[in-house]
Amino acid sequence: METPPIRAADLAPDGLPDRAVCVPTLYEISVEGRGGFELPALDVPPEPLPDGALRTDNGLPELSELDVVRHYLRLSQRNFGVDSGFYPLGSCTMKYNPKICEEIVRLPGFSEAHPLLAAEQVQGNLALMHRLQAWLADIGGFAGVSLQPAAGAHGELTALLMIRAYHADRGEQRRDQILIPDSAHGTNPASTTMAGFIAVELPSDARGNIDIAALRAACTDRVAGLMITNPNTLGLFEEHIGEVARLIHGCGGLVYGDGANMNALMGIVRPGDLGVDLMHYNLHKTFATPHGGGGPGSGPVGAARRLVDYLPGPIVTASPPIAGQPDPAFALETPARSIGRVASWFGNFGMLVRAYAYLRLLGAEGLRDSAMHAVLNANYLRVGLRDCYRVPHDRTCMHEFVCEGHVEGSPVRALDISKRLIDYGFHPPTNYFPLIVREALMIEPTETESKPTLDAFIRAMHAIAEEARATPELLRSAPHVTPTGRLDEVKAAREPILVDRAAGGRTS
Amino acid sequence: MGFIPHSDAERAEMLRAIGVERLEDLFQGVPDERRFPALGLPPPVSQPELAAEMRALAARNIALQDRPCFLGAGVYRHYRPATVDYVLQRGELATSYTPYQPEISQGMLQAMFEFQTMVCRLTGMEVSTASHYDGATSLAEAVLLSLAAASHRRSRIVVSPTVHPQRRQVVRTYLAGTSAKIVGDDAGPSCPTRRLVALVDADTAALVVQSPDFLGQFEDLREMSAACREAGALLVVATDPIALGLFEPPGASGADIVVADGQGLGLPPTFGGPSLGIFAARRELVRRLPGRLVGETTDAKGRRGYVLTLATREQHIRRARATSNICTNAALGALAASVYLATLGKRGLRHVAELCYHKSHYAAAQIARLPGVTINPQAPSRPFFKEFVVQLPRPTRQVNEILLNDFGIVGGFDLGEAYEGLSSHALIAVTETITRADIDRLVDGLRAAIR
Repeated sequence: METPPIRAADLAPDGLPDRAVCVPTLYEISVEGRGGFELPALDVPPEPLPDGALRTDNGLPELSELDVVRHYLRLSQRNFGVDSGFYPLGSCTMKYNPKICEEIVRLPGFSEAHPLLAAEQVQGNLALMHRLQAWLADIGGFAGVSLQPAAGAHGELTALLMIRAYHADRGEQRRDQILIPDSAHGTNPASTTMAGFIAVELPSDARGNIDIAALRAACTDRVAGLMITNPNTLGLFEEHIGEVARLIHGCGGLVYGDGANMNALMGIVRPGDLGVDLMHYNLHKTFATPHGGGGPGSGPVGAARRLVDYLPGPIVTASPPIAGQPDPAFALETPARSIGRVASWFGNFGMLVRAYAYLRLLGAEGLRDSAMHAVLNANYLRVGLRDCYRVPHDRTCMHEFVCEGHVEGSPVRALDISKRLIDYGFHPPTNYFPLIVREALMIEPTETESKPTLDAFIRAMHAIAEEARATPELLRSAPHVTPTGRLDEVKAAREPILVDRAAGGRTS
Repeated sequence: MGFIPHSDAERAEMLRAIGVERLEDLFQGVPDERRFPALGLPPPVSQPELAAEMRALAARNIALQDRPCFLGAGVYRHYRPATVDYVLQRGELATSYTPYQPEISQGMLQAMFEFQTMVCRLTGMEVSTASHYDGATSLAEAVLLSLAAASHRRSRIVVSPTVHPQRRQVVRTYLAGTSAKIVGDDAGPSCPTRRLVALVDADTAALVVQSPDFLGQFEDLREMSAACREAGALLVVATDPIALGLFEPPGASGADIVVADGQGLGLPPTFGGPSLGIFAARRELVRRLPGRLVGETTDAKGRRGYVLTLATREQHIRRARATSNICTNAALGALAASVYLATLGKRGLRHVAELCYHKSHYAAAQIARLPGVTINPQAPSRPFFKEFVVQLPRPTRQVNEILLNDFGIVGGFDLGEAYEGLSSHALIAVTETITRADIDRLVDGLRAAIR
């Protein structure tokens, strides 16, 4: 691939950074007194403002509307989303986000509904939530679902607080440990600490499963529960899931399923049927709501029968239809032994609307088809790449797999390969995770990518492996096509600049 | 079906490359007896059918744009400039994820850096995170931070009873895994500042207040801040970012942490979410902050760029010892807030705040003239911003029914749902989207309803 010319990094004559290199900040283009946005004139008599409580400068920039539009348009051009190209970021399920869902969520009946309206004034929203609760429960194999948690990690915390409340009700406060495999997402141990438990790490065996002997030894009466991601972060289905659940239940613990990888299981198997007691769903992964540059997500939690009373509330309930009425009346209720609220209102309702629409478009068969093609695509990449990048646990994978990002006889690392992929027009995979694989590259293609895209990715990865041997410097200095080269993260952390200096000092 | 692009020929070729015959063969590892369950989802629909179904569902809700709405209590109708949704719909931004690869994520990173900057300027604080889920979880994380900042040697959290009830509930839920106790919030809504301040002692990690509070009134933050300094506790202030366009920021009164719900900054109500949580603090607390932070740096050639920074606080690095478990946040909401603040700018936000202030005061003055009605009985002399309490001679629920059915108005929040004994008190919100004619209609409606 051709390396584009390096652009001049000199300052432009006006003293601003060169516009070819970086986009000036809002504060750098702000001009004192520039006309801004007009609002209606005051149509009531003014009330004297309270003395001493007013500020002279609220610290915001002054821009024209066109300044703002151009600024953000240029920023968008310096960003890469699923709509831009292939985004195989492992464990994040970067699938296509249907555009009709964006149109639907903007219907005023949804977007302009106030959460404090009486239940009879928002029956459409409650019906939607009630159905979504039921569908998610069905897909996961659970007795009940709360839609309130706002993200995956939030769902984890929710479920762990439910586990805490469940044991406390049974007088088993001594249960203070949560067992977590060493391949787990970092959120699992972090949520464990937040919920007041101690995280105990379990090793993985040579096939990438939980080491059963180690698990057996860890199963004591101090165990409150286990957090398991299945398929795990190696993209492998946990082969001993039944045994794992039996051991945990046998010592009085509960099994929590991290649903981050549910895209592999929709219509394939229900975690609740495998002994999982609680699980969060990531609507922003599995059910195609856009990731939004890092959020908002949505992390509903499903619970087995004995735990549904602990779900955060309110959840939507339905009373039997009155004679002559087509629909039941929907109401909001907080479960009897609820851990309480975990967020305001009813969760990220806008994401619930999108997920509902997605499920309506796919139906049961479409969901299963999606999971199957996600797994097909991952395995196709795995066999296409394993000749040049070692796959340490080389068996049929689920929706993702992990290979080692290094090349025999070359000094390049996983990060170098990732950065070079940018030059070829791809978003890099997840790097250096899971921690148990050397130079890990975690690759998740999703079902919405076509064979030609996957073939192009395989060709690029092969070409990069060649380059790694022949011209390693080309990789170590990549990317070459982006406005900036590799950024100095050490400097950013050592002397943190977290606020634009052009914005001046403190406000008054 | 769905969004799967594979042709039959492509699928067959891929299966051959993998070495299996059928898609089903890829799932041998899944326990036999549990494989391929029948799901009870309704049969799928096409996109045109879906659009019709969703329009019908949406039509079963009352939408606020159809009528004057005086319901606020944490979720507000503020005017949203068209620039906001224009930017939110840019696929390069909306369909990206957490910017782990900074070179192809400079757009989102710079937008978040600018968000942090505007939040700091607006709140009068020195550092801001790149967002949280909502105002309630921001507040809960602020409380956890204050316990950690005291090295868990202080166990008391003093919470004002006029912090938003849902936010107090979320704080309580988050504290279930700690030994901390909440005091103060069981008092009624007319609890005076000095009673709250008296509860701050040597065992107190934080004093948590809201200003403007849940009832719309400003707190005396200076007195609280002085008490916190003396006791060595942190002052955590929840605020309304719109008010900061005009009124002195909490940072100027000695707040240590300022949190807010950012829905009013360009986001529609959407039945409560998604919103965004704002979280700003003094610089000394930076290494204890929960969640993502964006910092400025350079590349090898000295070109400016932005990266996620101080990640050693975070779960993907620090795991069980992270400052929080948060990963996904509300980046797109923060982007909406940024575009909103940039579009309105210094004068625009001030104007919004002024309109809210003058219109709400006009409404309060007009309503005060009705017989048997009292404005802000809990603290008549304290200044308020855009919401105020009306004590009615009848239950709020009955009054609201008449307002909606006979006058087409969505009335205020029934405070009986939040506080014992206040079922005849309504919390009225007046934003810049309300006209004088709307207010006059509300007054007519109230007059009729209480007759």
